[in-house]
Amino acid sequence: MKEISCKLLIIGAGPGGYICAIRAGQLGIDTVIVEAVKPGGTCLNVGCIPSKAMIHAADEYLKVSEMASGTSPLGISLSAPALDLARTVAWKDRIVGRLTTGVAGLLKKARVKSVQGWARFRDGKTVEVDTETGLQVIRAETIVIATGSVPVELPFLPFGGSVISSTGALALKQVPQALAVVGGGYIGLELGTAFAKLGAKVTVIEALPRILPQYDAELTRPVAKRLEALGVKVLTGAKAKGLSAKGDALLVEAADGSEQKIAADKVLVTVGRKPLVEGWGLEEIDLDRDGRFIRIDEQCRTSMRGIYAIGDVTGEPMLAHRAMAQGEMVAEIVAGHKRSWDKRSIPAVCFTDPEVVTAGLSPDEAKALGIEIKSSSFPFSANGRAMTLLGEDGFVRIVARADNHLVLGIQAVGTGVSELSSAFSLAIEMGARLEDIAGTIHAHPTQSEAFLEAALRTLGHALHI
Amino acid sequence: MGEHVIKLPDVGEGVAEAELVEWHVKIGDLVREDTVIAAVMTDKATVEIPSPVDGEIIWLGAEIGETVAVGSPIVRIKIAGDGPAPVEPKSEARQPAPAAVEAAPAPAKKAEPAAKPPAPAAALKPVPRATTLGLPRPEGERPVASPAVRLRAKEAGIDLRQIPGTGPAGRVTHEDLDGFAARGAAVPVAGLQARTGVEEIKVIGLRRRIAEKMALAKSRIPHITYVEEIDVTALEELRARLNATKKPERPKLTLLPFLMRALVKAVAEQPQLNAIYDDDAGIIHRHAGVHIGMAAQTPGGLMVPVVKHAEARDLWDCAVEVNRLAEAAKAGTATREELTGSTITITSLGAMGGVATTPVINYPEVAIVGVNKIMIRPMWDGSQFVPRKMMNLSSSFDHRVIDGWDAAVFVQRLKALLEAPAMIFVEG
Repeated sequence: MKEISCKLLIIGAGPGGYICAIRAGQLGIDTVIVEAVKPGGTCLNVGCIPSKAMIHAADEYLKVSEMASGTSPLGISLSAPALDLARTVAWKDRIVGRLTTGVAGLLKKARVKSVQGWARFRDGKTVEVDTETGLQVIRAETIVIATGSVPVELPFLPFGGSVISSTGALALKQVPQALAVVGGGYIGLELGTAFAKLGAKVTVIEALPRILPQYDAELTRPVAKRLEALGVKVLTGAKAKGLSAKGDALLVEAADGSEQKIAADKVLVTVGRKPLVEGWGLEEIDLDRDGRFIRIDEQCRTSMRGIYAIGDVTGEPMLAHRAMAQGEMVAEIVAGHKRSWDKRSIPAVCFTDPEVVTAGLSPDEAKALGIEIKSSSFPFSANGRAMTLLGEDGFVRIVARADNHLVLGIQAVGTGVSELSSAFSLAIEMGARLEDIAGTIHAHPTQSEAFLEAALRTLGHALHI
Repeated sequence: MGEHVIKLPDVGEGVAEAELVEWHVKIGDLVREDTVIAAVMTDKATVEIPSPVDGEIIWLGAEIGETVAVGSPIVRIKIAGDGPAPVEPKSEARQPAPAAVEAAPAPAKKAEPAAKPPAPAAALKPVPRATTLGLPRPEGERPVASPAVRLRAKEAGIDLRQIPGTGPAGRVTHEDLDGFAARGAAVPVAGLQARTGVEEIKVIGLRRRIAEKMALAKSRIPHITYVEEIDVTALEELRARLNATKKPERPKLTLLPFLMRALVKAVAEQPQLNAIYDDDAGIIHRHAGVHIGMAAQTPGGLMVPVVKHAEARDLWDCAVEVNRLAEAAKAGTATREELTGSTITITSLGAMGGVATTPVINYPEVAIVGVNKIMIRPMWDGSQFVPRKMMNLSSSFDHRVIDGWDAAVFVQRLKALLEAPAMIFVEG
């Protein structure tokens, strides 16, 4: 048994953990990071990055398919395309490979020691890691828990065989003929849409009355419309019951109570993610919990001195960029800097078709806080650049305080709007007023003009509508 | 364009006039419906006057401290003909009024537009209030500042909530932070310096009421103050035990409820102390009910909420009522009813209670009991010094109607009750 000691030990090399490690290394802290699988965590390996690769491939395939069918308004025609999904997946895997290798390189450059294996707390200062070469004991002054989250499994649809999680969906060698997606949240819809574009017959089963239930109906309407156009069948208010006896269909209780049988050679279960709080010895250190999550304060400190927690294991929103910001902050706190969590906006992007972006408060959330608001939206149907991109569906919406016009929230739905998220978040973090956005020249012709116009419209003098 | 006149409403039963204690607006301000415009004070309660309409303030009808008759106009508001007035460029262009400026009755001057941005030197001047659009930040609201400003403040150990922002929407700018840091740092490095200038503070509202009442009490009543020490070791033990074993829904007991119960017992034997002396009429009103005033420090100044009918309340009930009234007084929500009608008063400064005080009688009452600090003192028990918890009571009496003998008997009775606290609870 080998033993090492260090100043800072990070458990989990996902986006939160590896950022924390790199920053700590930059600050000259003697840092060790433990990862059981590959650096990059869910995000790089089986989450954000690979799913976006597949979504892009599906978009491209759909475009050429439309051209081949002679329905492209652009006047382009060509012969029918063919898809070799195994090669697509291999291309995606190469991207993932480059990125995970990149992270490993960055950690090395920051002089962070990486240990591969499953970590387990022995006590509040000691962690055992089951490595290939035997048990490694690591003693650390400070420990950061960054174990992330895992997909939630349904007891009546356990993963395995034809029932797959998002991880499985990203590694399919063939496009399924019929795909049933259980859960109409962002993960299910992103992947479901991609497979529909690649030719699968997709059915989405959502228990709540509408898809993407965390967003307001106005924001999700263009997504629902597009799903319909893509031939995706959406059953809302429906409950999955299990596989049929033969295993070739999903049994569903529809909203009207009737039992339906949905033929599916693959069933993708995306009913959410849960914090990974098991298997690494949480019970040895008995940290305070916040529901399923580990309770943290505004400096990501847990209830035990010297132990921090960051990322999905600490709560909603379970987003990589939140974990990264927390990781960076914790590294600086460990280095003795004065920091605390003071972010005003954690933007969230949903890579459906069209994309959905939210930053700050929605109109309903602001009203629920008792704030008197002004809010208006500007449609992409009045935006020239959106027309040239065949992306006229959607809008940008701004929520501001009525009394001083401070921007509280910005939401958008539309083709490619994910890239507007930085402008939205910057406006909120800087404390922009509607007049600040209205007074900023937005390049023409771009979709960002809709942001400017939404501000103008909230002020009562939009120019292009 | 119309005009709306706000008159001083009927603010309380039998109140014919009220003192204007605060303007929340100045001429030229845009107000919305329900914006609080002014505060007036009747006998003891403060009443806020909201605007019933949206519009611009064009006239203020009284100065702070002035007494206004019910029904007289106090504010004129210009209301737009079509809907709420727009809330933009005009207010932005207006130079922020320094906070110290009185709500002067000058006509609403059309302020010239801010031609140039404030010079950087302005950082050392008193920070001007946020622009009219950026209303002063209400308590508890998160300050608006860019991430860079937040980071600098964090590193300098400055709480941004302390800094009024001068930027749009009350945003705290780098200059605001510099100014705040410079002022903060200037104090230690400046050394000893002569300071000039006299600040004039108008004595208004609650402060004026206190001043008048105190002057009246001291000019009319020849006070006699009697100080006695009480051994509260047993009482403190009892109190600690009751607190340790009480039901969770019950309040934590302080000394005050015990003293109230002891007071009830003591005045039962000496009803002349639980009285109101109407010195103009030459009549003493001895009250059957014991209504105990409790002097309480509030953000606005001294207030005396009253525990009514202490004789009909047990220890816990007294404690609940004391807590409730103290909270109400602090929050400024105590009603006129709760602030009047006492027949005897207790004043206690708790840990700040000192060794002895000379309490001023709550006119027209005839007695006030002052509680001093509890201290452990060595006491001679006949053979050795033992540490005992000792507390002085400093009590004042109206010597016109209470003789020194009566005062002494009363305080000795209190002493006997408090030193053997079981006596407080024995009937008869």
